[in-house]
Amino acid sequence: MRPGRRLVVLAAAALALAGCGSADPAPGGPAARTLTVFAAASLTSTFTQLGDGFEEAHPGVTVTFSFAGSSDLASQLTEGAPADVFASADEGTMRTVTDAALAAGAPVDVATNTLQIATPAGNPAGVTSLADLARPGLQVVVCAPQVPCGAAAQQVQEAAGVVITPVSEEGSVTDVLGKVTSGEADAGLVYVTDVAAAGDRVTGVGFPESSLAVNTYPVVALQDAADADLASAFVAFVAGPQGRSVLSTAGFGAPAP
Amino acid sequence: MRGGAPEGSGLPRWVFVPAALGVALVLVPLLGILARVPWSQFVPLVTSESSLAALRLSLLTATASTGVCVVLGVPLALVLARSHARGLHLLRSLVLLPLVLPPVVGGLALLYSLGRRGVLGSTLEVLGVQLSFTTAGVVLAQAFVSMPFLVVSLEGALRTAGRRYEAVAATLGAGPGRVLLRVTLPLVVPGLLSGAVLAFARALGEFGATLTFAGSLQGVTRTLPLEVYLQRETDPAAAAALSLVLVVVAFVVVALLRGRPGRGTP
Repeated sequence: MRPGRRLVVLAAAALALAGCGSADPAPGGPAARTLTVFAAASLTSTFTQLGDGFEEAHPGVTVTFSFAGSSDLASQLTEGAPADVFASADEGTMRTVTDAALAAGAPVDVATNTLQIATPAGNPAGVTSLADLARPGLQVVVCAPQVPCGAAAQQVQEAAGVVITPVSEEGSVTDVLGKVTSGEADAGLVYVTDVAAAGDRVTGVGFPESSLAVNTYPVVALQDAADADLASAFVAFVAGPQGRSVLSTAGFGAPAP
Repeated sequence: MRGGAPEGSGLPRWVFVPAALGVALVLVPLLGILARVPWSQFVPLVTSESSLAALRLSLLTATASTGVCVVLGVPLALVLARSHARGLHLLRSLVLLPLVLPPVVGGLALLYSLGRRGVLGSTLEVLGVQLSFTTAGVVLAQAFVSMPFLVVSLEGALRTAGRRYEAVAATLGAGPGRVLLRVTLPLVVPGLLSGAVLAFARALGEFGATLTFAGSLQGVTRTLPLEVYLQRETDPAAAAALSLVLVVVAFVVVALLRGRPGRGTP
């Protein structure tokens, strides 16, 4: 798997180089620049929107995104993938990048996310609380403890003293959501923002214990950024009022002050 | 497979350059895995509780699905090779479809048909049978993707074997059942074996349909490929070690096929 990824990275690098080559300043206009942002999959819709906003505010700048699982992106970065900004869905993954001395400066927390119970539309199994998920016969799907949403799921169970016996531990939050929207699972633990994004295909059930596991999203400009100022400007933009408004509309919480 | 042309058989020299690149295309990534395997921890990594559970489940389900493939695929191959019914061409294309279908599409197809809200699955659920999230679901997903390998291999062997011996046996008074068991099937045993080995290997590597349809739970539905996929999140070294196990199994399968195959079915 790894060599394959390396080839992909090489191909991406080649593309990025090709992009740089053609980025000659347009005559009379501002210099054309490209900003490459590696961002957690759960940020796809919000960051795409913020990218458009950033391009508007910075004429001549093109923002390109690579959205994937945070740990996938982090290992691409440590394998030498060229990027200007990294946005992680959790602090642990960000730490692997900062520990590898790839970050320029300290990461800025831009958002938080908490878990919510997702049930198929209409909540046919009548789930009302976290404790309900331990009900025998109820088919519950969670993330595997190896991925951030699974770690959070474990944390709330421990803190709340609830023991869920899942029928499946998925590798990503989108897989959990898929099992719920298709009706295979009676309930799943996903993020509030996933429930919001899924619209009426799922019914969300909030639970007070969710505040016991809060995921923080840090963003950082990278050491190897082609344009360090532009990279920090993007981080500031996401952390600023416009970023806050887009993120909170999508259901993300404000970072701890 | 055809015996290969002897060396110095008049191939222009330039052919060897792209051929060597072709070899590199396959070998370089495999060497990449070798480079990443943490040899000093190899044994503890592949014998950890979760690795062993995945390995056990993989062997169990791949064996079971190969059994399903043989039970259903042999009669199917016989019909495809010997029957003259109309519409057989279409039928052949349809049953071979999983061969070229992306596995995740196969998984969705299983989900929509046999899942808890699927066309058939909802009926099964009323009867108390559930396939999603169960080991049986894994076997089903594997059989779905691997049966075409057995059918293709066996149908080819049946066509190559021809019908002469069958015709002779019939003129000597053997009934159709006797001809099938005593003449037809013994002739195609090599084709059947290589088909079964291919189906087993395909089942062992099944990932997409399993993940989509059956889920991922240690000891129940998390087969070796799913374990590799999950380990990769936190422990790339373990993922590399387990990948190597799968590569070795695949190599053994290919070696078995090269040792056996074509012999009876050129």
